[in-house]
Amino acid sequence: MSITRRLFGGAALAALALTGGAATAQDDPVRIALVAKALGIGFFEAAAEGAQEAADELGNVELIYTGPTDTTAEGQIEVINSLIAQQVDAIAISANDTDALVPALQRAMDRGITVISWDSGVAPEGREMHLNPSSNPLIGNMILRLAADELPEGGQVAVLSASATATNQNIWIEEMMNVLPDYPGIEVVATVYGDDLADKSYREAQGLMQTYPDLDAIIAPTSVGIVAAAQAVVDAGKVGEVNVTGLGLPSEMAGAIESGASQSFAIWNPIDLGYSATWLAYQLATDAATAEPGAEIEMGRMGTLTLDENNEGAMADPFVYDESNIADFVDVF
Amino acid sequence: MSETGLRDSSLHRHLPDRLEGRGARLVKSWESLLLAVAIAIFVANSFASPYFLNAWSLSDATFNFTEKAMIAFAMAMLIIAGEIDLSVAGIVALASTAMGAAAQFEVGVPVLILVGLGTGLLCGAFNGILVTGMGLPSIVVTIGTMSLFRGISYIVLGDQAYRGYPAGFSWFGQGYVFWVISFELVLFAILALIYYVVLHRTSFGRTVYAIGNNPTGALFSGIRVARVKFVLFLLTGLMSGVAAICLTSRLGSTRPSIATAWELEVVTMVVLGGINILGGSGTIPGVVIAAFVMGLVTFGLGLLNVPGIVMSIFIGALLIGVIALPRLWTLWRQR
Repeated sequence: MSITRRLFGGAALAALALTGGAATAQDDPVRIALVAKALGIGFFEAAAEGAQEAADELGNVELIYTGPTDTTAEGQIEVINSLIAQQVDAIAISANDTDALVPALQRAMDRGITVISWDSGVAPEGREMHLNPSSNPLIGNMILRLAADELPEGGQVAVLSASATATNQNIWIEEMMNVLPDYPGIEVVATVYGDDLADKSYREAQGLMQTYPDLDAIIAPTSVGIVAAAQAVVDAGKVGEVNVTGLGLPSEMAGAIESGASQSFAIWNPIDLGYSATWLAYQLATDAATAEPGAEIEMGRMGTLTLDENNEGAMADPFVYDESNIADFVDVF
Repeated sequence: MSETGLRDSSLHRHLPDRLEGRGARLVKSWESLLLAVAIAIFVANSFASPYFLNAWSLSDATFNFTEKAMIAFAMAMLIIAGEIDLSVAGIVALASTAMGAAAQFEVGVPVLILVGLGTGLLCGAFNGILVTGMGLPSIVVTIGTMSLFRGISYIVLGDQAYRGYPAGFSWFGQGYVFWVISFELVLFAILALIYYVVLHRTSFGRTVYAIGNNPTGALFSGIRVARVKFVLFLLTGLMSGVAAICLTSRLGSTRPSIATAWELEVVTMVVLGGINILGGSGTIPGVVIAAFVMGLVTFGLGLLNVPGIVMSIFIGALLIGVIALPRLWTLWRQR
């Protein structure tokens, strides 16, 4: 590298720093952190995509997408501590644990940071509001309906969940059990836990088919578990006998729909979810809205969110994917 | 040197008990290398992020390692003695669950502390009996008890959580003694001092090294090898109990997944601290510096919003790098 190039390079860098400095002085960007349960999960990567869309739309937003390596509360607390240190304006988090994050998030709020939870909630004292992707009763009903629609004569159904401590999955399974009497002939024989690990979920699905030879459907309300279960069904040569359904990502489930291991599955759109969470965080951080029961907060193309007495709101109904429409969504998320 | 020694028959010849002076040994020691790494990371962090040099930020960052380091002190002694305890994270989970169960009966803070420490001691004693009493290999025993202890927590709690700890209990994990100096940091320092004195300044500490270097030789020298090892297992259990108290207090709730995979981070800390994984050598100051190195690395990378996956790779590379460097150095000098 020649001296002139170094000099010019240095000058250019200095100029860049100057203009950058001037820009921040004029117009401080709102720094919003979108915190995932763990990085490297398709669902959250899609949410980050939607959040970026919202950030571009809002203009004056610097989006930080982050999260721990594995789905633990301790890992998320470390992430929260580093975000507090960076003095971000807002934290929008999908929680690994309802309660354990509360002290750390309260500290964030004490230091003037807007805190909202989305997807998987935090206890009310640890956040200003919570964005549900859909309503839990609707999801619980949907996953059971998808299985029952393929079983007009009734049959045996098993649940393959994430971890035994996953807030979301437990609520949905509970809601599913509540509507079970509406589906005569359907029997839920077992609930097993794959911990959102592909290999463990695969083994649990194998175990289900061995323990219950007459099993008709596996409901996996988790994007990791449903793919693993579909693979286990294909490998066991039980396509057509055992239908895999639940909640999954179109890009990961296209193969299962094609092979027939899965007739249909549901999911809300994670892109919309990340998009809405970013809009809501922006509205609250800039004091354009206040999180209080009954408040109606704008979220761009997703309309407005109405908060209930617990400061929670539901974004939209879950959406069913099958062979008729999966091709349109494979490349989306 | 030996040649000249043979030729020189003078009786007044000076025989050094070590080949290098105190200063030279200190400079060349593992701890100095590690300290240099820690300082380099600190400086790099302060340049990399404008948010790093902030008293509150740094204070928050210490929570990343204080609890694990408390276990690492006891683990260091155990590994020096040639044993290992992989059930420590399981003990943390069980101790936390026991405290949560006790809290449901609205007992006071002192009782909760006793329950936490007591559970830790019982688990340590269980490991100790299996290893020293029945002569089973510790790595096998503690892989088993790792699942056993956490399994009990899962049976008790399932997908539920224990909450409702008394108000004063939160001080252990969230309280500050003075300004930004947290209770956990003070406890970490006190425990480091205690473990330093026990390992490096008492005869008990010397027996630990003796056992690690040559258990048979130690036995024939009159050291009660089994008893010392049992005490070390007890101490590891106790420290896991202490860590469980701090972590439970910090989280304010107990789930059976608490402290998942901590055993690996604790062992990483110990090995990075210069403790020979085969036993017989290593120091407490090394572990203390290693704790800071790991805390600074994770916090510094966190400030730059480096994804956790990349962070794990970095820690792994650091571990291999710091361990390989002295070995490469000796190989290069022997050439």
